[in-house]
Amino acid sequence: MRFTKDWLKDHLKTNKTEAQIIEKLNSTGLEVEKVEPVKNELSEFIIAKIVRAEKHPNADRLKLCYVDIGQKELTKVVCGGPNAKDNLLTVYAPPGSIIPKNKMKLEVTKIRGEKSYGMLCSESELNLSDESEGIIELNQSFKKKIGMNYFKNNSGNVIELSVTPNRPDCLGIRGIARDLSASGFGKLIENKNIKIKKIGKQPIKINLEKNKNQACTIFGSCLIRNIQNKESPEWLKKRILSLGLRPISAVVDITNYVMFDLNRPLHAYDSDKIKKGITVRNSKKGESFKALDNKEYKLDDGMCVISDDEGVLGLGGIIGGTRSGTELNTKNILLESAYFDPIITRKTAKKLQLNSDAKFRFERGIDPNSISAGLEKAAEMIIKICGGTVTKFDFQNKKKILPKILSFDPDLASKIIGIQIKINEIIKILENLGFNIENKRKILKVKIPSWRPDIHGQIDLIEEIIRIKGFDKIQSVEPEKKRLKPTLDFFQRHFHLAQRSVASKGYLETITWSFTDEKINKNFRENIKEIKIVNPISSDLNVLRSSLYPNLIYFLKKNIDRGFNDQSLFEIGPTFIGSKPGQQITVICGVRKENNLNVFGIKKDIVQTLVEMGINKNEISIDTKTPSYYHPGKSGSITTKKDKQLLGYFGEIHPKIIDVTYGFEIFLENLVKYKNHNKKNKQTLIFSDYQKSDRDFAFVVKKDFKAQDLIDIISDIDNSLIKNVKIFDVYEGENIPSDKKSIALKVTIQSDFKTLNEKDLNEISQKIISNVEEKASAKLRS
Amino acid sequence: MSDFAKLKNELKDKLSKAQNSKEVDVIRTEIFGKNGLINSEFKKLGKLSADEKKRQASEINIAKQDLTKIFNDKIGEFSNTEIDERVKKEKVDVTLPEKDFRIGKIHPISQVIDEISSIFSEIGFSVEEGPDIETEYYNFTALNTPENHPARDMHDTFYLEENMKTLLRTHTSPVQVRTMLKGKPPFKIIAPGRTYRSDSDQTHTPMFHQLEGLHIDKNITMGHLKGCLNYFIKEFFEVDKIKMRFRPSHFPFTEPSAEVDIGYKIENDKIIIGEGDKWLEILGCGMVHPNVLKNSKVDPNKYQGFAFGIGIDRLAMLKYGINDLRSFFECDYRWLNYYGFDPLDVPTNYRGLSK
Repeated sequence: MRFTKDWLKDHLKTNKTEAQIIEKLNSTGLEVEKVEPVKNELSEFIIAKIVRAEKHPNADRLKLCYVDIGQKELTKVVCGGPNAKDNLLTVYAPPGSIIPKNKMKLEVTKIRGEKSYGMLCSESELNLSDESEGIIELNQSFKKKIGMNYFKNNSGNVIELSVTPNRPDCLGIRGIARDLSASGFGKLIENKNIKIKKIGKQPIKINLEKNKNQACTIFGSCLIRNIQNKESPEWLKKRILSLGLRPISAVVDITNYVMFDLNRPLHAYDSDKIKKGITVRNSKKGESFKALDNKEYKLDDGMCVISDDEGVLGLGGIIGGTRSGTELNTKNILLESAYFDPIITRKTAKKLQLNSDAKFRFERGIDPNSISAGLEKAAEMIIKICGGTVTKFDFQNKKKILPKILSFDPDLASKIIGIQIKINEIIKILENLGFNIENKRKILKVKIPSWRPDIHGQIDLIEEIIRIKGFDKIQSVEPEKKRLKPTLDFFQRHFHLAQRSVASKGYLETITWSFTDEKINKNFRENIKEIKIVNPISSDLNVLRSSLYPNLIYFLKKNIDRGFNDQSLFEIGPTFIGSKPGQQITVICGVRKENNLNVFGIKKDIVQTLVEMGINKNEISIDTKTPSYYHPGKSGSITTKKDKQLLGYFGEIHPKIIDVTYGFEIFLENLVKYKNHNKKNKQTLIFSDYQKSDRDFAFVVKKDFKAQDLIDIISDIDNSLIKNVKIFDVYEGENIPSDKKSIALKVTIQSDFKTLNEKDLNEISQKIISNVEEKASAKLRS
Repeated sequence: MSDFAKLKNELKDKLSKAQNSKEVDVIRTEIFGKNGLINSEFKKLGKLSADEKKRQASEINIAKQDLTKIFNDKIGEFSNTEIDERVKKEKVDVTLPEKDFRIGKIHPISQVIDEISSIFSEIGFSVEEGPDIETEYYNFTALNTPENHPARDMHDTFYLEENMKTLLRTHTSPVQVRTMLKGKPPFKIIAPGRTYRSDSDQTHTPMFHQLEGLHIDKNITMGHLKGCLNYFIKEFFEVDKIKMRFRPSHFPFTEPSAEVDIGYKIENDKIIIGEGDKWLEILGCGMVHPNVLKNSKVDPNKYQGFAFGIGIDRLAMLKYGINDLRSFFECDYRWLNYYGFDPLDVPTNYRGLSK
């Protein structure tokens, strides 16, 4: 919503400065977005210097001018002025500007094969004089002003507000004035009692059809005859321009003016183009019409249309049609001022993807009592500017407007806000805003003004009170330092730990989009459902990620392209397993690319992370079954022995996806679930001081025999004696059959009760050998 | 002089003349070995009379102690000179680079979330989370934003279904409702998380981070809201005083609603928070709307309180001088290294937030 102080003063008697007004608007909830000079038709013309004037290659009388318009680069302009020459100071008109003399809008064009970006102007083109022989020649004092406006701008500033959706009343300048006045910033000027002479009945029959969900409940109108539509007078044009609109004709400008002045949208029809009477009704599927934006719209069922015998004239509360549009030669107009239901209007506009200033207002709620005032004001202006005579107003009502009344307990204001506000102050604030307090006892009876559709309950009134009183009056209460619950729960603590645990191993944490490219995602999706975004930001971010790998690998590659060959990245975050709330899991995923890294390097990273998160190495087992995006021979899964919780995967990423890169994934929910079920109490530490002995063994086993199984077999023999099993060599080759391998390991044997003698040691060694030979079909290597 | 004494002296002499540890080692066997001087002399004792035995044994022991001392001195002397010699030869150029090490980094957003959690922990808030995929009900309707409410236009929503029933949450506010529905008042929570809007330009990314705050009890007023945010901003920016401005605004799920600006100034191209006459909008807040409480099965006649929503990315940019929002999500190796935090640098309220 834009306005000027000048315009505001039509409604508000105030001596406050612009700066004070801006500050007040901000503090009452009307946020000032921007303050900028009023633009007018002349603000585009810029002081410029011809740096170089060359001959046009294809035309004798034209020149190619390279012009300094205050920007980095020179602008090329084709110019016919005979006086165009190097170093001439003149006036430049950019593409898009309108030449005052002929009202032509400039465009980038080719003139005899050479592109021209704008124009250098003569005095006559700018309506400065009749001199049209050559382009304007400015004296040297303009040299310092290259790039600046040629025409002085004295029209002041436009203040642009960002009006929140609950405040349709402030989409009109009068509403803004009312708020300022209620905040003690001057007096609201009473609306003049307009007296225009109304002659005869409005002759066009208006039929408000009884439809289900009829959006139009009141339709007011009048006919203005024998007008002479024309260009608006300067003052009006200026105001229309300050709104950011383009002046069109007096009739259109006036309807726009009233819309922004009183927040009362109107529509003017060329009544000679209306076939018989007007019917306001629901549309039928398939009907269509050409709107004033020059687009053809095909309508659905149940959209509110204004129609005549021939069909649709316009969409109620949204946009008019070209068929009945006013033009400069229009003689008789039908002026409409109506009320359209916010929700139905919004639905229709949304379906048709149509936006207009009227729609923006109706969907937020327009004052139903402003219908007559709008007609009065517009009719008065039209007669003044275009002449003509007005008929009496015609009103078609489907619904009586009843004032909303609220019971309000003023104590509630203090209870919510936290400071005492006296009842008299409350009443004063509300009355200044246009509320009517009928019963001023303990419970107030508050009548809501018809322009405030946003007020539904007591809390809305409390907001009004503190908004006007000022948020700076609220006294701050120091927060209490008392904790009822631990800050982080068990899961969140593990999230935090995992994040820092992985980072401490040299990984850089990244945060990537929760969505990704379906083409990359499909490599990692396995049998998880694909979750498409209906309206993605771009086609390569069109699905929710099923894994953290797609984005991590994408960015890893980007960094390789930047010249970083060795890197480790990780992310901790959601992946999606379904499209319902909660169908997501938390994954910690790392990717690592480095010379000399192998699968055991990445395995160390994941296992160490798990150990740091409180999973003992002896609680997990490794399996070779992994998803298809891993190298099938160089990857593994980690599962808890108890509960069989899948904790994660690790290994080389499949070479089809990326060249030698390793990665791991940890599934945090599974890990936390496991830990929750297997809470450990730290037991008192007992360690044995008796001598420990190491015995080395080498077993020949089948090539595909898993080392893990060998360790398990030995560990299970007697855990009161076997304290550790550690593999130190795996050998294939000479002296070993080609389908076999030799695994050498060191077993640490120690008793908690005595020093073991040779006999004890031999006994346990024998047990180890026989167990392994039997269970692993192995042979002790001699 | 007895043979033993003679032998002893000879060996003593030999020992003191030894030139290196190898020679000493040979003499050691002659003296202390299985068949060395000491042992063979002890073996002889058996043949002697009791008196003789006693005298002789004592003599051997004295000799043994004597020799041991000389021997140890000699060994010490040699090993020292030998170490000295070895050390002399072992000089390396320590200016050569150390072994490679890699320092991982925590993303600034994660770090800032930890900082925020630490601050709110001090005043009794606990951390809640909610799903990234939301229903239209939790994201809008339950938050007093019914269908066809123009406020929905302020959110460019990503939808997962044509019927627009499921979506990616556009704010963290649905966590308010979910938290209240699963518990009983009082509530005092913060909820950081990912949020999504289909908006992408210089200052918007389709995914960003928000922090929701909610405090509901019997008598929580706007004064508490002000106090809480004032405390948070001061702690977060680690400054003693802060300039703050509450501007009335509108959010369907709070009423009265406000936007909060903090004062700042630019000095030497750096932003200084807490002073100056420029204002920067950093968060939205208000008193939870009675309709939201009702939708969350909390009696608005008994309970009231405030909620707020803060852009985490924005806070991180301000505190750590990061200019481009989009850079947070571009995973540039150099950026991550430069703006990331050491994993051991955990923000806590006893150590302080930043190093």
